[in-house]
Amino acid sequence: MTTTIRAPKHTITALVQDKPGVLNRVSSMFRRRGFNIVSLAVGHSEIPGLSRMTFVVEGDDAIVEQVTKHLHKLIDVIKVADISQDNVVSRELALIRVNSNAHTRSEIMQIVDIFRANIVDVAPESVVIEVTGDEEKVDSLTNLLRSFGVAEVMRTGTIAMSRGTGAGGPAPSNSSKVRLEGGV
Amino acid sequence: MKLTGGQIVCESLIREGVDVLFGLPGGAILPLYQTLPEYPQLRHILVRHEQGAAHAADGYARVTGRPGVAWATSGPGATNLITGIATAQMDSVPMVIITGQVSRAAIGSDAFQETDTTGITLPITKHNYLVMHASEIAQAIKEAFHIASTGRPGPVLVDIPKDVFEEEAEFEYPETVDLPGYKPTVEGHSAQIKRAAKLIDQSKRPVILAGHGVIFSGAFDELKELAEKAQIPVITTLLGISSFPDNHVLCVGMPGMHGMAYASLAIEEADLLIALGMRFDDRITGRASAFALGARKIHVDIDPSEIGKNVKVDVPIVGDIKRVLLKLNKYVEPATHLDWVQHIEQLKKDHPSMNIRDTDKLLPQFIIRELSNATKGSAIVVTGVGQHQMWAAQHYMFTEPRSFVTSGGSGAMGYEVPGAMGAQVGRPDKVVWSIAGDGGFQMTMAELATLVENKIPVKFAIMNNGFLGMVRQWQEFFYDRSYVATNYTANPDFVKLADAFGMLGIRVTDKTQVRSAIEKAMEYDGPALIDFVVEQEENVYPMIPAGQTIHELIEEPAPEKVRR
Ligand SMILES: Cc1ncc(C[n+]2csc(CCOP(=O)(O)OP(=O)(O)O)c2C)c(N)n1
Ligand SMILES: [Mg+2]
Repeated sequence: MTTTIRAPKHTITALVQDKPGVLNRVSSMFRRRGFNIVSLAVGHSEIPGLSRMTFVVEGDDAIVEQVTKHLHKLIDVIKVADISQDNVVSRELALIRVNSNAHTRSEIMQIVDIFRANIVDVAPESVVIEVTGDEEKVDSLTNLLRSFGVAEVMRTGTIAMSRGTGAGGPAPSNSSKVRLEGGV
Repeated sequence: MKLTGGQIVCESLIREGVDVLFGLPGGAILPLYQTLPEYPQLRHILVRHEQGAAHAADGYARVTGRPGVAWATSGPGATNLITGIATAQMDSVPMVIITGQVSRAAIGSDAFQETDTTGITLPITKHNYLVMHASEIAQAIKEAFHIASTGRPGPVLVDIPKDVFEEEAEFEYPETVDLPGYKPTVEGHSAQIKRAAKLIDQSKRPVILAGHGVIFSGAFDELKELAEKAQIPVITTLLGISSFPDNHVLCVGMPGMHGMAYASLAIEEADLLIALGMRFDDRITGRASAFALGARKIHVDIDPSEIGKNVKVDVPIVGDIKRVLLKLNKYVEPATHLDWVQHIEQLKKDHPSMNIRDTDKLLPQFIIRELSNATKGSAIVVTGVGQHQMWAAQHYMFTEPRSFVTSGGSGAMGYEVPGAMGAQVGRPDKVVWSIAGDGGFQMTMAELATLVENKIPVKFAIMNNGFLGMVRQWQEFFYDRSYVATNYTANPDFVKLADAFGMLGIRVTDKTQVRSAIEKAMEYDGPALIDFVVEQEENVYPMIPAGQTIHELIEEPAPEKVRR
């Protein structure tokens, strides 16, 4: 299932140097300036030595503009893109441990099927479900499972990518609102 | 050529044109110190406290425009630098700081004098480095100077473990930096500059707000050209003072909390603000939502994150002030704005913020006016923070660029002694006056020994009111004169203190002695100090209380009106 969302929150991607302390610089900046991170995901990019971060942040346009500018001001941040207005694919992976027994297992499996999720571990009193999708999909599955008793939730945070030519990557595009190169 | 890490540091500093640095040794930085005798071209000034080293490097940078250099050992040496680093960061002052760190193997073990220096300084530096190999020192120092002195300047710290100073590596100084994430926009966007020119041409009541950016960009002539070509009055922020001559007919002085009433009123009545290298600090805007509502705003700054941060702007221009003005001045049409300029002249007459009340008492304002006259407005003036700082900003008539040196954003008391030391070291050709508070002076006066030892002839004018005066003023205005913890009842005898340090000390208690004392201090070959025993409860006017607007302006001494 592919869903295209117009993110209600803002999705920002950043290409950063893969050096010790970079995550600290970024998170310290968010903390210091009082910006609210909903989720943050980091991993290697396609370029050796560079990582890509995806932030979902809350705030009005003025705040998000400040977030992107201050991110960009960090020397180790190479490129920042607010892709909220873009046509993006956004995904999150979650593992959910749900209480289950012989009576409830089949009902849980039905819900899992509807969400195209998977059961990746089965124990006598619980199952672990793996689900991929945008944030809302993960939210609604978690909510549906609550009546069975959700014992543990582990989410990766959203990663996002523009459709088509790309935006967060090195290839420049004109579609997104804020795209900064260089720095101060 | 194989060199030790310590030698590489010195070689690199020399390549960057460094001739002087301020510091104090300790275990972790000792291997670096022990290489110093090989490099007599590096003048090291041994301070009494590392805060002094950082503020001195800052003062040096502000008067020369070149990065100041300070260094210190690990742990307490590094933490003593913090106030000075934060001060430089807040005021965008280019500085390179080197700290010793415990040896690599000990990092993370809470070893003796270990502190997470890069962690602590992360939010108060423009950037910082922990260098783990001698082979990486040269590149780090090259980048540090590049980052500190380009774009929006700021302090950069390089932390080096003790054994890295001792390690040997091949030395070759890099010619270039490779910083893909750091490419400041210098040239302003042409279309935006044209839009700005159009707004200026259409405006009836424009004012320029000149900030620290004008000074760091060295855009003195360009600012003057713009102001004169289109006859635009110039208001200077606290840190913008000396970017435009105070004796120029178009100069309107400083606005804001303790600014000239007419400058704040001019902003309120303007239809266009041309903000150059300033950041709409709350000391200027008061309540930002009510600031200059009738004016369109052009904001030129090299830091994009400053644009739209505090105040909405109509024409943002990211770029170096000088480069932007060079273009803008070509597009702007000559104009006279006669009515507006005359109106501001009238505001000056109706709101004479510069008047000093007529009294026989010894007033700080009067002393500063005398100092201004005695030096013909051409001294470098360094201040502490408080009432004396505001009076210096108001009453000294600055005529030369980079001549007013003060801790603005941080408001760090104690800046007046080491800041002045750095300024004098940077400009040995100039007379440097430190206008000091009795409070702030006592925070860093240990550096008097450094001044004497190194024959650095700073002249001090201590405004000795026996109070943490600015705080006392707030207590008078807003807390019913309840003077909690602001009265110094046992200040030292500053004249004896001067004597003990081996400098000239003079006490002045009477108005009539002011001028001759100033002249005597300047004639003296070496550091000198005047203890001006001033009126204790004098207040700084005008005042716009914090978070309020021009409508709450307190112009004249009428305390009963302002008490809540
Ligand atoms: C390091 C530091 N501590 C506290 C303050 C708060 N503060 C601001 S002005 C001031 C009074 C300064 O007294 P003094 O140096 O005597 O100057 P005056 O206002 O009397 O001219 C104080 C305590 C500060 N700015 N800096
Ligand atoms: Mg005082």
